[in-house]
Amino acid sequence: MADVLVCVKRAPDTSGEVVLTADGGSIDGRYAGYSMSSHEECAVEIAVSVAGDTGGSVTVLTLGDDDSVEQLRAALAVGADEAVRIDATADDYGPADVAAAIAEVVQARAGEGRPFDLVLVGNDAADTGDHQVGIRLAHLLDRPVVAGAQEVAVSGDRLEVRSSVSGPTEVFDVPMPAVLTVWEGGVEPRYPNISGRMKAKKARIEVLEPSGAPRGSGRLGLRVLPPPESNVEVLGEGKTAAPRLVDVLRELGVVR
Amino acid sequence: MSVLVLVEPEDLDDLGAGLSVVSQEVLTFARSLPGDEVDAVLVGAVGQPTEAVLAHCREQGVRTLHVSPDARLERYAARAWARVVDAAAEAGGAAYLIGGGTPHGNEVLAHVAAARSVPMPCNVVAVVQSEPLEVERQVVGGAVLERVALGDGAGLAVASVAGHAVAPQAAPSPGPAHVAEVDVELTDADLAAQVVRIEAREGGDTSALTGANVVVGAGRGVGGPDQFDDVEALAARLGGAVGVSRVVTSLGWRPHHEQVGQTGSRIAPDLYLACGISGAIQHWAGCSSSKTIIAINTDGEAPMVTKARYAVIGDMHEVIPAVLEELS
Ligand SMILES: Cc1cc2nc3c(=O)[nH]c(=O)nc-3n(C[C@H](O)[C@H](O)[C@H](O)COP(=O)(O)OP(=O)(O)OC[C@H]3O[C@@H](n4cnc5c(N)ncnc54)[C@H](O)[C@@H]3O)c2cc1C
Ligand SMILES: Nc1ncnc2c1ncn2[C@@H]1O[C@H](COP(=O)(O)O)[C@@H](O)[C@H]1O
Repeated sequence: MADVLVCVKRAPDTSGEVVLTADGGSIDGRYAGYSMSSHEECAVEIAVSVAGDTGGSVTVLTLGDDDSVEQLRAALAVGADEAVRIDATADDYGPADVAAAIAEVVQARAGEGRPFDLVLVGNDAADTGDHQVGIRLAHLLDRPVVAGAQEVAVSGDRLEVRSSVSGPTEVFDVPMPAVLTVWEGGVEPRYPNISGRMKAKKARIEVLEPSGAPRGSGRLGLRVLPPPESNVEVLGEGKTAAPRLVDVLRELGVVR
Repeated sequence: MSVLVLVEPEDLDDLGAGLSVVSQEVLTFARSLPGDEVDAVLVGAVGQPTEAVLAHCREQGVRTLHVSPDARLERYAARAWARVVDAAAEAGGAAYLIGGGTPHGNEVLAHVAAARSVPMPCNVVAVVQSEPLEVERQVVGGAVLERVALGDGAGLAVASVAGHAVAPQAAPSPGPAHVAEVDVELTDADLAAQVVRIEAREGGDTSALTGANVVVGAGRGVGGPDQFDDVEALAARLGGAVGVSRVVTSLGWRPHHEQVGQTGSRIAPDLYLACGISGAIQHWAGCSSSKTIIAINTDGEAPMVTKARYAVIGDMHEVIPAVLEELS
């Protein structure tokens, strides 16, 4: 039985244009919307399937303001059992602060005799992309960590973890309790069904107060890169452009 | 005061290939930091470094190349590798520790930063100011740059450098690249998360994509999972690889290891031929370092088209077959 904690972050969805807030201090997602990153969606999927396979439970956690409940409910809708929100402004927290806050929750749960066997985070958050919360968390908890996990199989109290993000597939065999940082691509996140959505809507969300003040991310400023001036040369339309395109390929020296 | 660079080989199984391009870039970047000397550390390559690795180090002006003789480090184990890197930083008196913003690079550096309780800005692209030292790093997949301080003069300043942020350039004068062995006492905990085996992946892995000189990209505009024949034929004809957008992988049309972008691979081929790809920020994050980009798109206003060097406006399934015919 594996009890799993999965951590998700509400981040501005930036598939379109990125807009900064008036003070230039953060990214404004009001027009584009917010979501958790695709790595985290896969982490939730892995959490739900590991808990399902082993008869365990899934708790989803976020550190964020009241709006981030939306991301907790998204995880509850696909099978998380419990949700915890650490009430804070995520922008005030650097990755070391986030790791410390998560570690505190993990330790408190262990103290209550309900320890997490597995903690899942995304490999990197969609907005700040610090690539480190999971590793710092593992150090704080003194647990093994595998980064870039894509597929996870539980056997007894061990995990077989696969990662193909560096080229050939690396296979790890780690004892639980462990931390994994998940990279998308190994599992297909499930969609919520109606009853999942209903359950998520009604679920109680535990709210915790952060215990100390964060040290912060060290952000001094943000700058949106201006779109490079277009210097595109249109070679033509449709198949009539093929000869021109082939000329360019030859000029570039890529035709063998 | 020195800068220590965590370097990675181009191919762990073939050290004759020397250092990865990203590592050569990071060695070049290291010279923009306020250090007098650049040292390097190579982990996982047990035994003496190859001539190809040493040649790259000398070319990049490296003073000392730290290696570890411990055979237990041959298979990847981030925390154990970090112990070696940490010890090399100690031995060389490093003020800065940097490495490539690759999966292994970010992971190993994060272990060092966590063990030392120091910050680690990730995917740094440039030094913006030297006193106090401030750098810019990529956030939101590279669309936004964040300015942060690097180091406070107290502890080791750790950072990863985004792939292809700078082009590799030989140092003004070659370095001696003395080889020094670092020995650390590894604990079981250091080795608890270690690769136990490598599996070949059916249908290939990311190395085909990241190493290719030509990548033919395909996005939602392809139309369906059975519409890749012309894309594959063109990639084969140009001796390149197929790369795809996330829409294509999430629809299950192609495997994830072919994905280019923020949550896929970063590529830097001579030519990226992007077909039916809109060019969203997260895709651009993975392909913007391509030397030349050609877009084929029905929409002349698509960001991929306006950002490309050349474009053909039209249906990729008309254009590609015509190109193949022209090439035959
Ligand atoms: C956190 C996060 C991470 C992400 N990571 C990645 C990533 O790693 N990689 C990635 O690619 N995306 C990523 N995305 C998704 C990204 O935002 C876009 O949704 C995606 O890149 C769009 O894929 P596309 O260009 O194939 O599809 P669309 O945006 O739908 O574009 C299709 C294009 O094809 C053109 N077209 C249609 N038919 C034809 C035809 N017959 N011939 C020629 N052209 C045609 C259209 O004009 C259009 O420009 C990420 C998003 C988020 C939020
Ligand atoms: N505010 C947060 N609340 C919950 N989880 C977070 C938060 N910030 C980061 N994480 C988790 O840590 C992962 C890595 O984040 P980072 O190291 O900041 O790139 C994310 O994918 C999340 O799973």
